Amino acid sequence: MRISPKMATLLTLSVIMLIAPFFFPSAYYFRIASLVYVNALAVVGVVILTGYAGQISLGHAGFAGIGGYACALAPVYLGLHPAASVVFGALASGVMAWIVGRPILRLKGYYLAVASLGFGILVSMVLTNEIAVTGGPDGMKVADLGLRSWLSERGLSLTNGQFWYTITALLLLAGAWLALNLENSATGRALRALHGSETAAGTVGIDVASAKLTAFIISAVYASVSGSLIALMNRMITPDIAGYMHSIEMVTMAVLGGSASVAGGVFGAAILTLLPQALTSFDQYEQVTLGLIMMLVMIFLRQGLLPGLASLLKGRGA
Amino acid sequence: MADFMQFALSGVTVGAVYALIALGFTIIYNASDVVNFAQGEFVMLGGMGTVFAHQAGLPLPLAALLAIALTAMIGIIFNRLAIETARNAPVVSLIIITIGASIFIQGVVQIVFGKQIYRLPSFSGDTPIPLFGANILPQSLWVIAGAIIVFIALWLFFTRTMTGRAVLATSNNRLAAQLVGINTNFMMTLSFGVSAAIGALAGVLVSPITLTSYQVGVPLALKGFAAAMLGGMGNPKGALVGGILLGLLESFTAGYLSSHYKDAVAFIVILVLLSVKPQGLFGTKTVNRV
Repeated sequence: MRISPKMATLLTLSVIMLIAPFFFPSAYYFRIASLVYVNALAVVGVVILTGYAGQISLGHAGFAGIGGYACALAPVYLGLHPAASVVFGALASGVMAWIVGRPILRLKGYYLAVASLGFGILVSMVLTNEIAVTGGPDGMKVADLGLRSWLSERGLSLTNGQFWYTITALLLLAGAWLALNLENSATGRALRALHGSETAAGTVGIDVASAKLTAFIISAVYASVSGSLIALMNRMITPDIAGYMHSIEMVTMAVLGGSASVAGGVFGAAILTLLPQALTSFDQYEQVTLGLIMMLVMIFLRQGLLPGLASLLKGRGA
Repeated sequence: MADFMQFALSGVTVGAVYALIALGFTIIYNASDVVNFAQGEFVMLGGMGTVFAHQAGLPLPLAALLAIALTAMIGIIFNRLAIETARNAPVVSLIIITIGASIFIQGVVQIVFGKQIYRLPSFSGDTPIPLFGANILPQSLWVIAGAIIVFIALWLFFTRTMTGRAVLATSNNRLAAQLVGINTNFMMTLSFGVSAAIGALAGVLVSPITLTSYQVGVPLALKGFAAAMLGGMGNPKGALVGGILLGLLESFTAGYLSSHYKDAVAFIVILVLLSVKPQGLFGTKTVNRV
């Protein structure tokens, strides 16, 4: 039996998720791994937008901000359960993506990059300046999800680290599964067609504008859920989540790992989340290293690390 | 009315800085079709370089010249090592490369000079000059004069000199330019050098007013970028008008509406403008040939 690339990605991912905890030297590593999964979830969204559809967004942190603050604000102002707030945030992000995406997705390349960047910065400015509601730059507390205590009442007691490891791993798997299914669906093929040439895609009857908008909305929902998870996991949130640097991080993770595939995106998210952890003792050199890696990979392994390394290995073998 | 004049004057000052940065963007964009997200770091290098050369004992004008020359060198090296090697890479890759360069340069400056905020002495004192019923700092006049001189010099360079026209030819069609004997690689080098130097000059001029640190580049780059798009990407006249317009809008927003949302103006304007008129105020519509 031949394993399809889709199954291969999902299987590899689940095996790594199952085995990794056995190698964690301390409980702290559960948290790091959860961060990898949360970032990877957002990056899978970027893969759909950038890798499949070829559109650039430098403002996706704005959606992470909406998702994150939904979890902080909705329980307080609307009395929603934190879990329902995640859905509420995702809906809000989707609607926002629809409103913003319609005009700006007509733009291409750098213009789209800057328009989306502007959107992200506006969200982070509102979060920073509306101190009465959002607590301003200091951020605000986020309610407990309550699921962990519910589980332990029913006999399944997990540490906080283990609990979030499980939640984030499951959601990443679900997200990756959806993205991989999308890739081979009619919508996915339409996205890849317009990535190649919008004009050509248009002539074979693809509704280019609505296909792009679909990709934008889907990826916004991914970013939003990722932001919600960060908020719930940290039990607090600051406007940094919607900041320019966070948007850049998302795109960099996707492109660095190899934005053409879900596996590449997840790989990139893992590398860039773990890198600062590895460099904590060289705090001063973190920025230099990150900048250098970004430049070198993009210059020499243009497809990204994962496809780049794969083709290097293949070259050796042949 | 005095208020209005005061806001207008500070708007023009800030706008002149944005215009300089936008001009830098424009030059590189014209030569290479690359939007250089590291443009703000040139501004930062100009300011920081001057501060340290001045502290090391050099007189201010000499320190400024040295900093501008060094920044131009860095711009040229960046082009040679990164942009030339990554030629024909997709837009996303080029964005990541220039953002990577921006993070890298910030990192180096932070290691060498630290995270402190530095101040450069004003060129001609800090006594405000009364003007149209408001006051203007002598340093603001320096900034405005700097922007005007750079703009005129660039205009003469691009329209009146052979080299300038060769740069324009390279930007219009690289292959055709090569065919008529233009050294296109040199034109790229030149563009990056000039662009970095203009950025550095902006940094030198504005540092006495706004102070400088390793982090000042990114916000300035984003504003300069917005200004360039406002005017229409790749158009020097657009860069100048876009910069001044953005400065004025920010200043009036801060004065009459809300100082918190002063920085939002640039991006609201961009979103609205790009939605209505995607090619900017002075840009021309491009047709996509298949």
